[in-house]
Amino acid sequence: MITTDILIIGAGPTGLFTVFEAGLLKLKCHLIDALPQPGGQCSEIYPKKPIYDIPAYPEILAGDLTKNLMEQIKQFEPGFTLGERAETIDKQDDGTFIVTTNKGTKHHAKIVAIAGGLGSFEPRKPLIESIINFEDKGVEYIIKEPELYRDKKVVISGGGDSALDWAIFLSDVASEVTLIHRRNEFRGALDSVEKVQELKNLGKINLITPAEVKGILGTDKVTGVVVEKKGEDGFIIDTDHFIPLFGLSPKLGPIGNWGLEIEKNAIKVNNALDYQTNIPGIYAIGDVNTYPGKLKLILCGFHEATLMCQSAYKRIFPDKKYVMKYTTVGGVDGFDGTRKEAPKAVVKAIQ
Amino acid sequence: MQDVNLKITDRNGVTHDIVAPTDMAMNLMEVVRSYELAEEGTIGICGGMAMCASCQCYVKSDHELPEMSDDEDAMLAEAFHVEDNSRLGCQIQITPEIDGLEVELAPES
Repeated sequence: MITTDILIIGAGPTGLFTVFEAGLLKLKCHLIDALPQPGGQCSEIYPKKPIYDIPAYPEILAGDLTKNLMEQIKQFEPGFTLGERAETIDKQDDGTFIVTTNKGTKHHAKIVAIAGGLGSFEPRKPLIESIINFEDKGVEYIIKEPELYRDKKVVISGGGDSALDWAIFLSDVASEVTLIHRRNEFRGALDSVEKVQELKNLGKINLITPAEVKGILGTDKVTGVVVEKKGEDGFIIDTDHFIPLFGLSPKLGPIGNWGLEIEKNAIKVNNALDYQTNIPGIYAIGDVNTYPGKLKLILCGFHEATLMCQSAYKRIFPDKKYVMKYTTVGGVDGFDGTRKEAPKAVVKAIQ
Repeated sequence: MQDVNLKITDRNGVTHDIVAPTDMAMNLMEVVRSYELAEEGTIGICGGMAMCASCQCYVKSDHELPEMSDDEDAMLAEAFHVEDNSRLGCQIQITPEIDGLEVELAPES
């Protein structure tokens, strides 16, 4: 069981900044995220796009914002459970919570802060009848263990970076790699596109475009797929695996069933006070919450995280008096023993 | 400055007559959101970067719309439920030229 003071669900910018504000109050944080890396949308959807409304950054790439936040919080040693989705929450008699992920990892925390953005990222599944019956029986939407494909026949569909990158990678692992895309053009990093071209010329990747996978064959596992080129009859490709890589889309998911008040796919919070939900001890901050006048902006998430941490502190230590200190005055004491502080002025006479 | 009239059919098949301003730098996805014609969280997920296709719509009238950018074209190449008349709402700016435009929102995916 992982134990922490504040369990943050969602490792996007708001969740990451919460670690910093909590750290100033000497509260430890642990984050859960369905994605395999921190950063949320900033790293998953638009890492190379600029953001212009982060205070004091006239322009910053979303990927760099994530990198900077990780740097800013590192001395508070946050824990991460990545690649797992928060599934259930159980309130204990002492007012603490146990949150369990879809893989069974348990987290025990005094406070739960949901910073889940638009929800957890789920793979977008192509509209093929019966695809659900083949999930984990030859159909995988996310490649977790490349060795699974060793000496197997693999069909990948999709036209973005992940389709290109995995086709390249698996061309050395699988016995046969077929890449299928609806267009002749691919959207990806130039080197990836060129590499696939090269591997196609070498006969290591079988490229079929413009085409679509329309059906899956097999009884208890995938044995082939039906491929259609526009305006032509379908044909069959024998394969052991079909890997559709069409990106991820966020879904509110299990959090919607936690007994929280939901409005317009977001969690209602008390914005006059501390961004607490209808369940005391559970807060919702950033894009996942809603209140009158809500704006889904990263900078608003930072503010919400800051106030939420103050409230969390009071909830954990109801008898302690706390006075907010500027970091310039108080410095930053990391849990790793480091200390950052403003250099002291020198007082010296000038003759 | 001029308002334009649009006919937007939502995901339940209901057609709405909408008046949208041309002087607010809005796009069609934002108009749909401002009138709450699709549930929040199911449209405009990427915020209008042509990177999620949650605002895909079918153009029903024969308006000549500005050509697709490479980004929009590539996104539609990976989206589902795509038809020949598919566009991303976030890439259609509200301008006087689109007065009378009729669109239908593509299913959520």
